[in-house]
Amino acid sequence: MNKIVNNKAWWLVLPVFLLVAFSAILPMMTVVNYSVQDIFDQSTRFFVGTDWYKQVLRDPRLHDSLGRQFIFSACVLLIEIPLGIAIALTMPTKGRWASFCLIVMAIPLLIPWNVVGTIWQIFGRADIGLLGWTLNKLGLSYNYASNTMDAWVTVLVMDVWHWTSLVALLCYSGLRAIPDVYYQAARIDRASSWAVFRYIQLPKMKSVLLIAVMLRFMDSFMIYTEPFVLTGGGPGNATTFLSQTLTKMAVGQFDLGPAAAFSLVYFLIILLVSWVFYTAMTHSDKNR
Amino acid sequence: MNLRKLVVLVLYVVFLLVPIYWLLNMSFKSNTEILGGLSLWPHEFTLRNYRVIFTDPSWYEGYLNSLYYVCLNTLISLTVALPAAYAFSRYRFLGDKHLFFWLLTNRMAPPAVFLLPFFQLYSSIGLFDTHIAVALAHCLFNVPLAVWILEGFMSGVPKEIDETAYIDGYSFPKFFVKIFIPLIGSGIGVTAFFCFMFSWVELLLARTLTSVNAKPIVAVMTRTVSASGIDWGVLAAAGVLTILPGMLVIWFVRNHVAKGFALGRV
Repeated sequence: MNKIVNNKAWWLVLPVFLLVAFSAILPMMTVVNYSVQDIFDQSTRFFVGTDWYKQVLRDPRLHDSLGRQFIFSACVLLIEIPLGIAIALTMPTKGRWASFCLIVMAIPLLIPWNVVGTIWQIFGRADIGLLGWTLNKLGLSYNYASNTMDAWVTVLVMDVWHWTSLVALLCYSGLRAIPDVYYQAARIDRASSWAVFRYIQLPKMKSVLLIAVMLRFMDSFMIYTEPFVLTGGGPGNATTFLSQTLTKMAVGQFDLGPAAAFSLVYFLIILLVSWVFYTAMTHSDKNR
Repeated sequence: MNLRKLVVLVLYVVFLLVPIYWLLNMSFKSNTEILGGLSLWPHEFTLRNYRVIFTDPSWYEGYLNSLYYVCLNTLISLTVALPAAYAFSRYRFLGDKHLFFWLLTNRMAPPAVFLLPFFQLYSSIGLFDTHIAVALAHCLFNVPLAVWILEGFMSGVPKEIDETAYIDGYSFPKFFVKIFIPLIGSGIGVTAFFCFMFSWVELLLARTLTSVNAKPIVAVMTRTVSASGIDWGVLAAAGVLTILPGMLVIWFVRNHVAKGFALGRV
């Protein structure tokens, strides 16, 4: 759609701008402020320039949790995106079953995040949880609170349980937008189901898939509440992700400077990756 | 539909429902039964856990607080996002693309980063521990999302409708309220659903900005952990009750969900 140039449209955007700026720019400036000062109390503070930045870029604790964070996000994307597509392809297209599936799939998305953690905490326990109890009965020693591998798998399965539906629902709505004519033409050409997927369904899902990848990357990269409730970051530091390390630093140990400095680095990483996705997305919107 | 697809779908639905069933199952058990051993359904069916929640004001007020700020947030988000989305979908203006991306970046800011500054900001303007504080803080990620979704829906409405209305002598506010808003009704419903959802599930900011008067249910839930151990039954019952509002909302928008999840972009 070609739009009219009209700078008066700013008046319509102004409320949004003011509201978001109030909650975004002021706190962000506070964070920037922290990151260049050494703060002892309200009145004793020193300007330290870029010292905190130099320090956090060498801090092994932060590097470890950043590394874990990248591995976690990569695992999440690698599992959830293909699984979500597969589920979307199997969903019925109309009728009562379609709405039943939609509602069931949306349920995990609407559960408060700490309750998601609680559900899996209960579900995975060896004494009172169905999952932990069954696995142990089958002869697998499973304990997410003491075994690193089990903790990782549990956190991952929990995330898959929680968020795959979002990918599936996004893809499902992309698939619904394909006219039947395309499928009829494919049938006349005797296209295999793989060819139908590769050359009809996948291209049509491209824009929603980009949204899905972007949302999943951002949210999995910022994950805090669910692993915090489920494992508390343990065993050891095995499931302590970046948000949790930073919160511990800022609120627990009151190391405001380094926490703020690394928060900004963190934000920049998310921003950079998301900008790449966003550019790709608007680009594909244009080519539609 | 062939058999293999059906099996995959059924397995997935079972995978989604079993943990929720387990929570439901546990909420109807007494604590002795929960800790006494594994049972697939409650043998001594009890409503005690729910009674605890509905008779204790500090529990049920948590629900009311949460619902109050979530609704407030949805209302604020929609009110400011509607005109802005219209501007983005119809006009080109100075800095529009940058503004749009900047709005989206707020969806990407890790809340953990903002905890302390938010606390200080809302304390200094005297809004700490009020519902409006949480509602405003949640606008940080809900308003950009609302603008994004609504812009997608509005771009689907042909521009000729606006032009015809202006020729017929409608003023902008009258046209917007009387003609345009009814046209994107389903889009507004879906946006409200998303705002409700993201505000309802958020814990970190809501917990940080409240202490007593506006304490959300998700924060009240941590009370079940006490010196004598965890009250599993009440915890499970509280969890079940937090799922209900979401299910109610999804029931209302079920017919628009498919389109809505594409954020109006298909």
